[in-house]
Parts: sequence; C-alpha cells; structure tokens
Amino acid sequence: MSGVLVVMEQRGGNWNRMSFEALAAGQQLAAKLGVECSAVVMGEAVGSLASELGSKKLAKIITVEHALLKTYTSDAYVAALEQVVKQASPAYVIFPHTYQVRDFAPALATRFHSVLISDVIAMHDGPVFVRQLLQGKLNADYRQTGAGPCFVSIQAGTFRADAVEAGTSAIEAFAPSLDAAQIRNKPGELFRESAQTVDLSAAPAIVSVGRGIGEQENIALVEELAKALGAELAASRPICDNGWLPMERQVGSSGQTVAPKLYLAVGISGAIQHLVGMKGSKTVIAINKDENAPIFEVADYGVVGDLFEVVPALTKAVLAAKG
Amino acid sequence: MKILVAIKQVPERDAQVHVAADGKWIDESDLNYTINEPDAYALEEALQLKEKTGGEVVVVCAGPERVTSTLREALAKGADRAIHIEADDLGSRDTLGVAQILADAMKSESPDLILTGLQSDDLGLGQTGVVMAELLGIPHATIIMHVEATGSGLKVKRELEDGWFQHVEMPLPALLTIQSGGNKLRYATLMGIKKAKTKETKTVQAAAATAPAIALDRVYLPEKQKKTEMLTGTPDQVAAKIVEKLKFEVRVI
Repeated sequence: MSGVLVVMEQRGGNWNRMSFEALAAGQQLAAKLGVECSAVVMGEAVGSLASELGSKKLAKIITVEHALLKTYTSDAYVAALEQVVKQASPAYVIFPHTYQVRDFAPALATRFHSVLISDVIAMHDGPVFVRQLLQGKLNADYRQTGAGPCFVSIQAGTFRADAVEAGTSAIEAFAPSLDAAQIRNKPGELFRESAQTVDLSAAPAIVSVGRGIGEQENIALVEELAKALGAELAASRPICDNGWLPMERQVGSSGQTVAPKLYLAVGISGAIQHLVGMKGSKTVIAINKDENAPIFEVADYGVVGDLFEVVPALTKAVLAAKG
Repeated sequence: MKILVAIKQVPERDAQVHVAADGKWIDESDLNYTINEPDAYALEEALQLKEKTGGEVVVVCAGPERVTSTLREALAKGADRAIHIEADDLGSRDTLGVAQILADAMKSESPDLILTGLQSDDLGLGQTGVVMAELLGIPHATIIMHVEATGSGLKVKRELEDGWFQHVEMPLPALLTIQSGGNKLRYATLMGIKKAKTKETKTVQAAAATAPAIALDRVYLPEKQKKTEMLTGTPDQVAAKIVEKLKFEVRVI
C-alpha cells in the first residue's frame, strides 16, 4: 500500500473546480512522502476529462467508466471506488470536500474499516491533518492510526487549484463491476427553487448579518446600515433558516460565494461553512461581542462590542460622512 | 412508521471553550450542554412525519449520564421512547466506533426510518449517519431538507451546493441526515414535560471500544489568517474609526 490517489469530481462532463484544489493537495502530500500521486475520474464517458489531466504531474489517471456512473448515486460510487482502491492500493485517498463526497465517502471509508478525516484545512508533517472543531472555535490535529488507507477530504480554498503541478501522465482504464440491482436510490434532476434574483457575487459592498442579531425585528438595524453604505444585505445560514431573510441572501457553502471590496460582518461568529463563502473579500470588518469568534481570524478590522450600540452609531457616522 | 432519531449532546453554541490541560480536548468542567442543533431538526422532521403517517418516534443517544437530560427534552417535545447508550469514553471512539454502538442499539428495534442531523456542532465530521447506514446495510441520503412518505418508500429533497436541490426516491428502511432550516423547531409544552416523566428510557451498555482508525492528537486555538486591527473606544469612536477606513482604505464611501 503506497501512493496518493485523488478522487476528482465531475457532473455531466464538467469538473467540480474543487477537484483541482484536492489534486494540488494530493500532489503536495505525495511530494512530501516521496511517493506517487494518481487521480481517478468516474462517469459514463470521461475520456476528454481524463485527457485534460494528461498535462498534470501524475503517475497515472484511472478512468472508471460505466453507464451506472452517469448519474451520481452513493451505492454505485461506493461500489466502484471500493474496487478501484482495492486494486490501486493507495496509502492516502484524497477528495474535495463537496456535498457529493459528504454523501458517499464516509461509507467508502467504512468498507475499509477506516474513517474519513473530513473538511481538512491544512496538512503538516507526519502527516497530520488539521480540521476545525466547535464551528471554528478550535483547530484539531488528526492522524491515521488504523491499518487501512487514510481517507481525507479537503475544504474549499485550502489549496490553490493553480498550484497543480504540470507534467505528464498516462491514462489507465479500470472496468468496475456494477449491477443495477445494487443501486437503491433513484435520483431526480437537479433544480433550483426559483430564479435567483439577487446576485451577491457582483456586489462591491456587502453588509452581512448573523445569529447575534437575536430577533427578526432587529434586522432593520443592519438593513439601515447597508442602505447608508449602498451595500447589499446578506446573511449567514441561521438567519435564512429562520426565514428572517430569503435564502437567496445567504452567503456560505450552501449559499452564494462572494468577493466584494467590503464585507462587513455583523453578529456572525464565522463557522467554516460561512467563511468559505466570503473569505475572498478584499476587506473584512467584523463586529461581534465574542472576542474569540472565528470571524476575527479572517477580519482586517475587528470590533468587539455590542452590535446594538455599534451599528446605529456606524449608520449615523456613514450618513454624516456622505453628507 | 417506526422512526429512530440519533441525537447527540454537545456544548452550547455560545459556550466559552478552553483547551483542557492535556491539550487533547476541551475543559468540560463548567460547560452547559444541549441537543446538537441539526439533530433537533431531525427530531422535528420525525415528529412531523409521525403526525402525518402515525407510528412511533424513538430517540437514541450515546454518552455519559448527563445525556439523559437531552433525551428527556426530546421526550418532552413528543418522542415516545428513549434509548440511552451508556458510554463514558466517547472521546476515545472514532466515528466508526460511535456509529457502531448506535447501530447495535438500533438494529434490534427494526426501524422503518432512521434520522439524524447532518453533522455535529462539536466535532463536525458529518459522517455518523452515513456510516450507520453502511453498517446496517440500508440506503441513505444526506443533507435533506424535506421528507415525504410515498406508497412504497420515501421521496426526499436533498440540498446541493450553490442553491441547487435534487429529489431522490428511496425504499425503506432508510437513513437520512437532516439539514437545518427545513422545518420550524417546536418547544416543549408544559404538558409535554409532564408527560415525559411517564415515558420509557431504556439504558443499554455500549460494547467495549475497539482500536480507532483515526486519532485526535491535539486541539488548540486557530492561528489568525490575517492580522486583525482591533478598533476600540465608545460606539461613536469606533464608528468614526470604521468610517475613516471605509473612506481612505476600502474606498467605498
């Protein structure tokens, strides 16, 4: 058992871009360990995607093609990857931490009596894999102790897709043995709730509100600040879960990804699912009552204080400055 | 439909956490605990399904004696029975180990449906549900917003990235991991709290822990990714400082 195997994700012939971040992670891990890095692509027909990988520095690209892999199901993916991993026998299997991976990788790891080290935000010598605990309040170092391959999923933005090393590679086909009777779920087409009318991704300034706002009626306070700044109003997941703002104003892994000049976070603690949606912002200002809130780890300017005092004062000051 | 809900007890979200002296976990001495929020949504979904289709809701929780308070709360909200898997050493078991003791306790119940939250607020590995389904040999679907019982099984609404969704049809028995926000959470009523006292809580012993596949070596405060300049003063002073930054550095005013 040796080497690193990166499981790339595609849907309908389009890459999930996080796959290349996972590929960069896999290459770097392999380089550190002095072993080879390979990649696997699965689907009904993945020839053109595989040849795209031909220009990357990889020992091999394993293509896994089958009609039952056309549409994702956990049953088919787990069965096919179990066969691939058994044959390739890697010491490390690296995934992008996508919704799809969250759906099947834990079951795959279970088949090898292993446990996926999920949502990894850094790798150190050892190797040691770093992930967050308690919504980002603490970091934790994890290590493989079992005998099976080590399964790891990489959080968005941890590695840079453009850091993938170029080189050459050979394509090797693997024919999985799959049976339609193994597949228990019937997946439907993807759909969106309604046409998205709010596009936060182009907004130059965003004022975003989180759990710290306490009550629905208090949202108005933050709305006034956004209006004064000419900024879009956004929110973290709990606010939209409560129905205080529409889902389309949600920033984070299940909402929109934004990169404005200004991201002003009000009462947002900064769980990783939120941070991945906004950490590309140029300037982050955070107002929060808890000085240990993880939002301050990504903030350029921080205010530890009562948002109910600071926000109205700020609205007033912004309006005055604009004259 | 017989529905089992696997719930976890976790530190309250607002808890001030401190790293324990051995650096391997947090200091638990004066923490307050509550139900893991995604599990509260799983319980809510179970209670609503029972209201529609009839049946029974059984809550299952592994942990030390203190987790019985979380089970009692679930009973007060409307669960019919509770199973407490007594284990004082959850910290030394990995996801597979914890999923195994939950699956062991669930197997003899022969449920039609198992629900649990999509991840825990403390460890956040987001895998226990999927691993339980694998151990029990039943199909699963994750990050579910809505559940509908059909004649032969279930139709569920699965959340995907960037505002996309997907319906999935599946046979029973099955396991679902529930996303927050699909329903509004109920509160326990006084009547519910009173009734809970008469409901059954069965205690079972967890099997001895086996060697874990992964280990948590060390916990610590995260290093800052950016150098944060803290702005201090009265609210008006802070506001003036922010406006200055917005004007001359960020240039949005």
